[in-house]
Amino acid sequence: MFDALSERLQAALGDVRSRGKLTEDDVSKAMRQIRLALLEADVNFQVVKRFTAQVRERALGQEVMESLNPAQQVVKIVSDELTDLMGGAGRDLVFGSKSPTVILMAGLQGSGKTTACAKLARHLREENGKDVALAACDVYRPAAVDQLVKVGAQAGAAVYEQGTGRDPVDIAEWALGRARSEERDVLIVDTSGRLHVDEALMAELAKIKKRTKPHNVLLVVDSMTGQDAVNVAESFSATAAFDGVVLTKVDGDARGGAALSVKAVTGKPIIYASTGEKLDAFERFHPDRMAQRILGMGDVMTLVEKAEAQIDEDRAAELERKLRNQQFTLEDFLEQMQQVRKMGPLSGLLKMIPGLNSAQLSGMNVDDRELDRLGAIITSMTPEERRNPGVLNGSRRRRIARGSGTSVQAVNQLVKQFSQMQKVMRQVSQGRMPSLSQLVGGR
Amino acid sequence: MARTWRELFVLPEEAERSIPEDGASEPDPERPGGFFRRLRENLRKSREALGAELEASVLQRLDDEAFERLEETLIYADVGAQTTASIVERLESEAGAGELAGGDDLTRRLRELLADAARVGDDRIDLRPNPTVILCIGVNGTGKTTTIGKLAWHLSQELGRSVLLAAGDTFRAAAVEQLGTWAERAGADFVRAAQGSDPGAVAYDAVEAARAREHDVVVVDTAGRLHTQSHLMEELSKVRRVIEKQLPGAPHETLLTIDATTGQNGLRQAMLFREAVEVSGIVLTKLDGTAKGGIALAIAQELGVPVKLIGIGEAIEDLRPFDPDDFARALLES
Repeated sequence: MFDALSERLQAALGDVRSRGKLTEDDVSKAMRQIRLALLEADVNFQVVKRFTAQVRERALGQEVMESLNPAQQVVKIVSDELTDLMGGAGRDLVFGSKSPTVILMAGLQGSGKTTACAKLARHLREENGKDVALAACDVYRPAAVDQLVKVGAQAGAAVYEQGTGRDPVDIAEWALGRARSEERDVLIVDTSGRLHVDEALMAELAKIKKRTKPHNVLLVVDSMTGQDAVNVAESFSATAAFDGVVLTKVDGDARGGAALSVKAVTGKPIIYASTGEKLDAFERFHPDRMAQRILGMGDVMTLVEKAEAQIDEDRAAELERKLRNQQFTLEDFLEQMQQVRKMGPLSGLLKMIPGLNSAQLSGMNVDDRELDRLGAIITSMTPEERRNPGVLNGSRRRRIARGSGTSVQAVNQLVKQFSQMQKVMRQVSQGRMPSLSQLVGGR
Repeated sequence: MARTWRELFVLPEEAERSIPEDGASEPDPERPGGFFRRLRENLRKSREALGAELEASVLQRLDDEAFERLEETLIYADVGAQTTASIVERLESEAGAGELAGGDDLTRRLRELLADAARVGDDRIDLRPNPTVILCIGVNGTGKTTTIGKLAWHLSQELGRSVLLAAGDTFRAAAVEQLGTWAERAGADFVRAAQGSDPGAVAYDAVEAARAREHDVVVVDTAGRLHTQSHLMEELSKVRRVIEKQLPGAPHETLLTIDATTGQNGLRQAMLFREAVEVSGIVLTKLDGTAKGGIALAIAQELGVPVKLIGIGEAIEDLRPFDPDDFARALLES
């Protein structure tokens, strides 16, 4: 989401980079670019001023002028300051000494609270092994309770609801009592969306907080929010003294300046990022990694972690053995593809690779469905065909094309690429280096 | 430009006749509880937070500081760096040429420029086709379903049109129930399908049902989607094609909801949604907070898509026709 910002910073600093020595003019030019980029990224006006002033001061200081590579030093300063701005080292949820740990979720309408509640419930269950219950306190929006009941069930959490007839403060208190008696580890309280200027509803939120004494209050913030993020964060901070932020809709292309602003103004860190439509698209927010991503340094840590979570080591060893013994079949290929697919959208994965910056990526249309189509072709084959593509004659290929909703050409291409792949592997296993064109599967 | 409901909708002749002249439904904008007053009241709350009393003090002098503060105000309103720069430059050159006498003149001229920038294309909604199909689209959480509910209520309760709502959000849990509640409130007919079913099929059924049951207007809800998800945008194009196939010329209106708290990304949203389906108007929602919705100005400038409706609260009457002059005034009232 910070793509465009990173482009601008790269453009601004690329110039400095090529020169080696920094003049005051260089710094001013870079700062103007950074200022504009940050404003376009919806970073709050005041925050931008403060940020550029800080970077400027440090860039003009001794440490840069006398260092061997001033340009790199500036990149580092911007990166450090951005990381700082976005949350420093990051904070975790606090778990109470006695169960249940209460987490109160608050935010504007449409910021994604209900979905975030279910995702957080799932996250705590899967990652921390917690037994989670959800309290349905949004009695205002039509069908909000129904929604929580449904997504809560999908997340494997108990949902405590009393319809929409009762005061949300009472529902929250009742839910807490029930969580206690059912000995749940965590109770997540979903509240209705409210405007920060709505005094009655803000008072209600304060009351819910007072009655449930949450260990964590999380503010849910839409990553597309503009300058108003600061007003929202300040009001919610004053009323509910939230401890951290869940940043939602991060899978869009918003530059996410709101994230920077909220942290800068309230001092409260972003703890989680919600990154997709599915319940498992929810992760810890890593400010340092995100700052590196902004600067085009890539996010290798997240990539490695994703791969570790998805790929079974034994299966990987088995595949490697097969590759070496040239027993790698289309079936194995399919399995590999499915594992890559589980790691998330390809475009997202590519962004994490260092050296591939957003400008290069924008020209590339990474289509996840291409993988799905290949998958459809392979699953339309009989087991024998998958093990031995040599038997694929014209009539079989026509059948497969029909079965997979693709064309005979697509089937031909897959078979051809696969046989090329096998050839390359044979050479590698025989200790010869394949030619470059073979590696990229020249057609 | 439409300022009232009567000006917003182009009605079929026989319907036009059946509505009382200067409809009783048209509240006096200045009366207690009128929308303009409500809007201003809400805006007043934000003054302290922002602390930029633009009109009162700073703009009395035409110096650099005045223009800087002006820039700041527009940036704060999410108008965006580019649109802000073009408007401020224009003002500066007019001031330089001696066309502006002082602070009051500057404020007046600025308001004019802002209102002009917002005034693009045809901002009315044509209800003459029978049935009229209105497709509502937007990013998750921008207020599609709520907007549809209020729109349906107005069409049916105030204008006496018979309305059918199509629950095309088959993805989000309980979205169908949410729209169903609104249909009930508005006294509208309702077409639904099971969660997870094809939204195109729902739209198809709805248009067919509207013709069979002789409804005047069909409003089709769709699932919220991020504009960056190409498969979901493709699904949206398909819904549109299905409607068009069923009823040539339809959908007659495609309304994109934009959350007023949205920053510069709003422009990207409008661009990509417009690529997928023809967007004919913007509904700017949640203007009752402290957000100004300045991004709508950038959308109007860059894409020529007008705002047609605004949402200023949760009550059923809090959906209003968009008025560029009021909008310009509100942008500066910080």
